[in-house]
Formats: sequence, structure tokens, C-alpha cells
Amino acid sequence: MSTSIHIDVWQVGASLALVALAAAISLWRGADLERDIGIATARSFVQLTLVGYAIKLIFDADTVWLVLALLAVMVFFGAITARHRAEKVPESFGPLLIALSLAGGTTLGLVVALGIFDPTPRYLVPVGGMVIGNAMTASAVALNRLGDEMDDARDRIEATLALGATAREAASPTVRRALRSGMITLVDSTKTTGLIFFPGTMVGMLLAGASPTDAVRLQLILLYVLLGSVSISALTATALAYRNFFTPAAQLREPGP
Amino acid sequence: MFQPNSGGGNRGPAAAAILRGDGASDFVPAPWGYFGWDHAAVLFELREVGLDRGGRAVLEQVSASIPEGATAIVGPSGAGKSTLLRLLNRLADPDRGQISYRGRSLDSYEPLALRREISLVPQLPALLAGTVDSNLRYAAELAGEPLDAERTLALAGLDRSFAERDVAKLSVGEQQRAMLGRALAQRPRVLLLDEPTSALDTAARDAIEAALAELRRELEISIVLVSHDPEQARRLSDWVLRLEAGGVVDCGPLAEVLA
Repeated sequence: MSTSIHIDVWQVGASLALVALAAAISLWRGADLERDIGIATARSFVQLTLVGYAIKLIFDADTVWLVLALLAVMVFFGAITARHRAEKVPESFGPLLIALSLAGGTTLGLVVALGIFDPTPRYLVPVGGMVIGNAMTASAVALNRLGDEMDDARDRIEATLALGATAREAASPTVRRALRSGMITLVDSTKTTGLIFFPGTMVGMLLAGASPTDAVRLQLILLYVLLGSVSISALTATALAYRNFFTPAAQLREPGP
Repeated sequence: MFQPNSGGGNRGPAAAAILRGDGASDFVPAPWGYFGWDHAAVLFELREVGLDRGGRAVLEQVSASIPEGATAIVGPSGAGKSTLLRLLNRLADPDRGQISYRGRSLDSYEPLALRREISLVPQLPALLAGTVDSNLRYAAELAGEPLDAERTLALAGLDRSFAERDVAKLSVGEQQRAMLGRALAQRPRVLLLDEPTSALDTAARDAIEAALAELRRELEISIVLVSHDPEQARRLSDWVLRLEAGGVVDCGPLAEVLA
């Protein structure tokens, strides 16, 4: 796994031809995405370049504290980003922050404790980034679904509360569906991996000259780790966020404006 | 008919039949109340209750007494009838004023236990996925009551063949009766019914009304019923609370309010 390759800036520049193709298709078919494609290209360039330098600094410093600081920043911005997908959920930031922290902490902790990776920046930074990124997507999808489902199921939930059920009992079918939504994408893509698409890590390792066996093994580890982190984040986010729909007297709060 | 602050024990014999006066000294009557009511006879007492939604008052200065027996809350759409009903088992709390149940402030009761004693059947059926029996069982287990499914179904006007029916395959009228059965499975002392027949045709409405009439003969249960139909109030209740635009316009025995 020690192979490394060098990529020149002109190679990156040349790949912009495909961005131009995407913009041309959008313009031609009136998809009205040229501006977004331009923003996405510029942002990805700036963000990845900055992160590249940050990672280089952290690798050079070789201290776990800087890694933890970077992961904490990722968790914070991940929770802010996911909150925008969960607008119908009252006060979703807290549950998301806890969900991402727990998913990142538990997953990385287990990976190190089981001896899968060494606790060094070279492993913790990229794996942590993937774990938190996927946890963010899963919890955002789960809470987005939770918000919609709580809206749709208001009558049934209130009818169940009217029988003296607790908020948890009344919301449980809804929370279950939201949790499933958050997890199903990764579960499905894990099922079809290798058949319909090659996952990013494996592609990256093959391009970097690693042996296919190593590439596959690392990819499998990451897929399994991600399944764990996605489950923890979706479970934590839904289990905490549904409570915000209820008052302490188990009353369904009025929907926001 | 509108007589604010008319409490004075002069509502006539119908009121006397419902509310036995014994001069309870600590009882302060509501504007629509009677001096000297026995606490046991008064189910709910509302004092200057107000509730806002979306910056607008849905209920304002609602003061009324609801005795044991069958009470109808009547009034036009948007009068606040359903909102008032939801306050009675604490599915919502008022922003202003006080509500008491059997002489004790409503918020001194544990809300979940209160809702098992005062069961609310909403306007539209909202059963849990599964069979009628699984819904009855769920409700009975919540209340810690043994379930006699056949008797419960019979009280709700359904025969026992309904027990194993999938709720998704029932008509709206049958679902509404299953909702009534589900509430009865908890053996509540008070049944709050929100427009129980509004979505039904005449035949289904008659079936529900017959079930309710039978229920009152069979069980010692009080009913508070929301209806936009004064005729239904006449058929099913003996006490009437009339709301308009979030306020009480009249409250008293059926014979006097809906004369």
C-alpha cells in the first residue's frame, strides 16, 4: 500500500474538458445547471486544495491532537450542512452534532482498538473524513424523512397519544421508517458494489498502482466501517430528534410556520 | 339565549336532575355554572380558558361546566369545538385560564394516565396498521386492562368477524367504529368524540349513534361529543355547550339551550 504516484496540475486542468462537456449538455438541453456546475467546480478545487494543504500539515506534524481538531471541525460543519436537509425537524442541530460525533468516535475508536488501522494521521484523517461524510448524509436523509413522515402521520400519532401512549410509542413506526431511509442507500450500494460500480477507494488505489488484492481488502474494510458509522448516526439522530416534536407532557407540538 | 354570568341555580328541573345541589362551600361557579353543585357531578370545569394558534385566539374567555352524562359541544365550523375537546385530555394545554377534572386541576394529573381515563376519538379514523384485534389489543395493553374483544366490538357496533379484518380494508364508517372500539378497550370513564359521524353516510351515522346510545345504557360512562349538527346533539346529549368564534354563547341543559 506504499505506492504513490505524481499528478501534475496540467492533468487536473485537462480534466476540466469533461466539466465543459457537462456545462454544454446543460446549456443544450436547458437543464439550467451551468451556473451550479461552475460553482461546484470552483468550490471543489478550492476546498480540496485547502484540505490537501491542511492534511499535508497534519501529516508533517504527525500528532493525533491535530487530527482530532480536524475531525471536530468536520463534525461541526457536517451537522450544519445536514441541518439544512432537516428543516421540518425542530432544533435538529443538537441531535445531528451528537449523531456525527458518536458515529465518528465509535467507528474510529473501534477501528483502532481492533487493530485494523494504526492511530496515525495517515489513516485517521482519510477514514475519519469518509466516516463523518457518510454519517452526515445518512443522518440528513433520515431526519429529512422524519420531518416529512411526522407531518404525514400527525393524525395517527395524535390518535395514538390520545390512548395514553408515550411519545416514543406513538412515533415509533415513523422513527423506524426514517432510520431505514437513512441506512438503505449504503446498504443497497454495498450489495451492488463491484457489480454495478467500483467504489472510490478501490479506484483510487488501483490508479495509484496498488495490487488489486490490497485495493479490494481496503475497500471492504471501509465499506464495513461505513455501514457501522451510518447506522450509528442515523439511529442516534432519529432517536434524539423525534423528541423535539413533542412537549414534556407528550403533546405533539404545532408545526412551525 | 345569551346570558352572561347567569349562574344562579335557576336553569330549571333538567339541570336539577343532573346536578345535585348540596351547597359545597369552596366551589366558585363559572359564569355558566350553578351555585352549590356537587363536585362529583361536575366532570370538567373551564375558567376563562384561552388558546392561541398562529397568533390568533382560537379560544377566548371560555368558562363553562360540563357535568357527568352526555354533553354536546355544538357550533359552526371554526368555532373552536375540536380544539376545546383536545384540551380536555391534555392533547394540548390552554395558554390562559384553568381546566379542572373532577374537582382537580387537569395539569395535576399524569397526562398518559389521564388519556387512558379520558379517551379521545378523533374526527378522522387513524388506526395502526394491522387488524382490528391488534388495535384493540394495543389500546388495552396500554391501559393495563384485560381485553374482551367480542364485547368491545359489540359495544362499538361491530360483530366479532371484524376482529381479524385488516383495518386498511374497512370502510370509513367501519374504521370509525373500530376507533370507538379501540377507545372502549381501555375502559375509559369519559369518552371524547370529535365529530364521530361527519365523514359518514346516513346509514353509517345511524349505526354509530345506535352504538353510542347502547353504550350509555350498558356502561357508566360520560360522553363529550363535538358536533356541528344540532339534531345530533338532540339525539345524543342531555347537556349542551354552544361555541361561536372561540367563545361560549350558551351552556346548559339540552331542553333549554336547543329549545
